[in-house]
Amino acid sequence: MGAGYDLELVNLTKRYGDTLAVDGIDYHFKAGHYVCLLGPSGCGKSSTLRMIAGHESVSSGSVVLDGFDVSHLPPAKRGTAMMFQNYALFPHLSVRDNVAFSLRMKGIDKAARHKKANELLELVDMTKYADRLPAQLSGGQQQRVALARALVTQPKILLLDEPLSALDPFLRIRMRAELKKLQRELGITFIHVTHGQDEALALGDELVVMNNAVIEQAGRARDVWAAPRTEFVARFMGGHNVINLAGSKVALRADDVIVGQEGMAATVSAVEYQGGHVALTTKTETGEEVLALVPEGHFFESPKNPGDAVRLAWDEGRLHRLQA
Amino acid sequence: MTRSFTAWLQAAPLAIVLVGFLVAPIIMIVIVSFWGATEWSIYPAFQFDNYAYLFSSEVTYRVFFATFKYAFITWAFTLSIGFTVAYFLAFHVRTQAMQIALFLLCTIPFWTSNIIRMISWIPFLGRNGIANQTLISWGIIDEPLEWLLYSDFSVILAFVHLYTLFMVVPIFNTMMRIDKSLIEAAYDNGASAMQTLWHVIVPLTKPGIMIGTIFVVTLVMGDFITVRFMSGSQKANVGRLISNDIGLLQYPSASATAVVLLCTVLIVIAVLLRFVNIRKEL
Repeated sequence: MGAGYDLELVNLTKRYGDTLAVDGIDYHFKAGHYVCLLGPSGCGKSSTLRMIAGHESVSSGSVVLDGFDVSHLPPAKRGTAMMFQNYALFPHLSVRDNVAFSLRMKGIDKAARHKKANELLELVDMTKYADRLPAQLSGGQQQRVALARALVTQPKILLLDEPLSALDPFLRIRMRAELKKLQRELGITFIHVTHGQDEALALGDELVVMNNAVIEQAGRARDVWAAPRTEFVARFMGGHNVINLAGSKVALRADDVIVGQEGMAATVSAVEYQGGHVALTTKTETGEEVLALVPEGHFFESPKNPGDAVRLAWDEGRLHRLQA
Repeated sequence: MTRSFTAWLQAAPLAIVLVGFLVAPIIMIVIVSFWGATEWSIYPAFQFDNYAYLFSSEVTYRVFFATFKYAFITWAFTLSIGFTVAYFLAFHVRTQAMQIALFLLCTIPFWTSNIIRMISWIPFLGRNGIANQTLISWGIIDEPLEWLLYSDFSVILAFVHLYTLFMVVPIFNTMMRIDKSLIEAAYDNGASAMQTLWHVIVPLTKPGIMIGTIFVVTLVMGDFITVRFMSGSQKANVGRLISNDIGLLQYPSASATAVVLLCTVLIVIAVLLRFVNIRKEL
């Protein structure tokens, strides 16, 4: 399958009447990466994905794939394939016929298309369910079939619209690993829309955080997590405190807060045992909430209870100034 | 014990209504169909004369054939019109308010009785009716078309007019349940609009088509009044055969014909149900 196709969004805009769903975003998706489009619901991430797929018309701007403006091409002519949130498997067709659907539309004869479909079912490890109907499969199995159906068109880019949201937490983590593995094997670009930051961190080589129709921050997963640029990103990614220091807002990772004998005075308001860590929610004298993640062993050397007075300190170098 | 008694009690009202108004009359008809009749009397008996006469008469076969012909042609027209209307309502009308408004518009003819809707065609289609006069004034024809009224054409026209809605409703209902993302998935897989229609929408609409088909086929096969009015009593179907017998007080013969018609319709439905499983639609 193809590798080395870059996707570029140029001033991409989507308007619904007077509402701006996507406000002139520019982004360059480098080939062969696993990119997560991340943001709260209504931030424009799904509209962006659907514009890339061709299921939503572009109000202005363009989608450029491998140097060609594909903004006005029908979905199947773009070289993208989409995996739908509820999988959208055809309920009247067997698993094999679902996977072979696009080949049938092209007029490829039965033997050839079944052979190709069987290869893809093998790839997603669903060979033994080939003759079943979608309704006879579990959620995870349906997802694999949807994946095989999307990949049979040999897309340059696979678009996934919240693919894991319909699964239970256990299965979600397993499918997450499989998606990542599959992307490595195929080497094509995956663009994955999600509202879960843990999912995005686990999967994405690259994260694109969206809010209010624009991209708030984009970059390698680790860079976004370690250096959130705005308050929104810091709060949305979780694990960060946003505090006012000397008139400007700074982000501080919760696991960088040291609870000890010196530093800023605060009162413990909640203690939550989380296994490896204990989450200590404290309130400073200025009324700000600061979360400290204390390693479990360390915490139980001197346990704290709600109402206890503590002092919070941190390494100045770990403070991270946010844009207003 | 008391629990099963309560259950029986709860099921009783419907069971009594069904037994009293459906099962008992049918049993009665079956019984009477074996009775004998002379010119002036009907006498209880158990004989096969009525059936023997029915199956030996060439008229019976002709009339049954005509009935099937009406049913088939009406079915073909109601299906094509009904499917198109339902498709338009379900997939091309964007807002739900508009869908409901247009759907209610389809039901407006049902605010008047069947017979009035039928009769209103007569001044339109008649020899000097609006249709003929208009066509003559446009210079399309020189003299009135005779086949517009009191013909198979007018009978089928009335049937289609009366029963298309019975096709629209179940098909529309099934189409509304089709997940719109399936249509997108079909486009994503390179299907053209026609291919999507044929490979995705039609197969998923089959149960609705089947329910509509059962409605239309049973209504047309059991009808007699439409055929009588619209053909000016010049055409016959099984319903008219029965109604004529009743008019002549030949109840045993009418019953035998009714039993044969009932069996025929049941066989037709049984065959239709072999093709499509409608259970999940009910």
